[in-house]
Amino acid sequence: MNRYTRRTLALEMVMIAVGIVFAFPVYVLVNLAIRQPSDTSSPIAPTTAPTFGNFTGAWREAGLGGALINSVLVTTASVLIVLAVSALAAYPLARSAARWSRGTFLLIMLGLVLPFQLASLPLYQTVRDLGLLGSVWSLVLFYSGLQVPFTTFLYVGFLRALPRDFEEAASIDGAGPFTTFRYVVLPMLKPITVTALVLNAVAVWNDFFTPLLYLSGSDQQTVPVAVAGFVGQFVSDWNLIFAALLISIVPVLAVYLALQRSIINGFAGGLKG
Amino acid sequence: MLPALLLFAFVVLVPSARGIYYAFTDWDGLDPDFAVIGLRNFTDMLGDEDALRAVWHTVLIAVAVTVIQNGIGLLLALGVNSMIKTRNFLRVLLFAPAVVTPIVTAYLWRNLLGPDGAVNSLLGAVGLDSWRQDWLGRPDLALWMIVLVVVWQFAGYSMVIFLAGLQSIPREIYEAAAIDGTGAVRRFWSIVRPLLAPAITINLMLSIIGGIKLFDQVYALTGGGPGHATDTISTLIYKDAFTLGEFGYSIALAVVLTVIVAIVSAGQYTVLDRNERAAS
Repeated sequence: MNRYTRRTLALEMVMIAVGIVFAFPVYVLVNLAIRQPSDTSSPIAPTTAPTFGNFTGAWREAGLGGALINSVLVTTASVLIVLAVSALAAYPLARSAARWSRGTFLLIMLGLVLPFQLASLPLYQTVRDLGLLGSVWSLVLFYSGLQVPFTTFLYVGFLRALPRDFEEAASIDGAGPFTTFRYVVLPMLKPITVTALVLNAVAVWNDFFTPLLYLSGSDQQTVPVAVAGFVGQFVSDWNLIFAALLISIVPVLAVYLALQRSIINGFAGGLKG
Repeated sequence: MLPALLLFAFVVLVPSARGIYYAFTDWDGLDPDFAVIGLRNFTDMLGDEDALRAVWHTVLIAVAVTVIQNGIGLLLALGVNSMIKTRNFLRVLLFAPAVVTPIVTAYLWRNLLGPDGAVNSLLGAVGLDSWRQDWLGRPDLALWMIVLVVVWQFAGYSMVIFLAGLQSIPREIYEAAAIDGTGAVRRFWSIVRPLLAPAITINLMLSIIGGIKLFDQVYALTGGGPGHATDTISTLIYKDAFTLGEFGYSIALAVVLTVIVAIVSAGQYTVLDRNERAAS
């Protein structure tokens, strides 16, 4: 089964065809984003006189520059906070067999089942009463709490599978729990941290519903709401819209291509718990 | 541990508990004076055709996405877990849509599926002119178009999880069976499938829960229309709360959503846990 046979070739052809089908929407996206609005030929015919005018127009009109900065800020801050608090919480939860530890773990795991729709409306009131509507910090606060259950779940699963030998050795040498965590446990958490980072960053960056609620009507936007607002405004000006969609996709795809191995492994492996 | 607990309590636990309370009130989201009205929101729902249809659409989308996405995802995983030369390239390509913002891909597809969109152009180019239509404008088709878009975006996600499962199967087992003359189908069913159980569990869990909560794609592709033909619980929650100001009723819908998610999670956990144990 390690030889490249005629059947392998047939499979290769089929899979390449599947790849083309999957990539087809992206071809149309690029094709129309570089097309002049006056060009009314078929969307699948290659654009003959490409222009970059749509990109400058979309960039100017959609406020994508500010939205990108906000998205980077919100994603970075939320992910750093959630990784830090979840890793710190997971350590005692994974290592202590006490009853409170098990109870707390189950309470946090309840968050995996509760859909965010249930909490998001009452929380909307709280955020409004605190005067945080329209502020990107309300999003940082929201994601920092929302992502705790999932991230803690990842860390606890990883820690439970990790042998205690090193920690026991450190404690015999006289290290306290904090020293042990900082110098012994933390370095070992690197693989699961990469996974948690990838999954959280993608979830936060791509979220649309939360900023739709908390930022609507303000001039602060993240990329998904900026794009949605832009589509609403330029309803049928698809060349311009496609340019905006493409601009919003490029940073994500650039990071994806640069870190493809870590990202794919993060998605594939982290969920084994 | 305290910071994590505080954040979690502030953002998830306390608002969820308040949400369950509001579900039994007639609160409009603004007025501090509101009354506890017992089960009326829920009994109203039973007489609300839009709500009942939204529940049905939600279940239909979740089941269709789960079956189709995982079927395709598994085939893709088997395809790229072979000796083909493009396997690494295809893996990166097929997974790529899964990292892109769903609202963005949904707007892209809204154009592709439109009357003058690329899908119709393609059908015209291959001589299927009679198939050309407004794919999102037909009540009987729009729901399936949403399923199509979700499957296109996340089949690669299922693929990488299945692939990780396939790659954890020791090559020797597979080769031994091949030497014994076991056919490909039999090899898959008797050897690969049981060892793939953990990957199947994760994939079914992810896609069914994701399908139940689906909002972005519906919002961008159809807005719940035409009419109410594609409204899901999530889009109805949004509309009732923010365009109709019926917070109490909207949160009652969120409670129904929670119950559905909880039942599915518990049911799935029990069934799959049993299967996994039987397989090992």
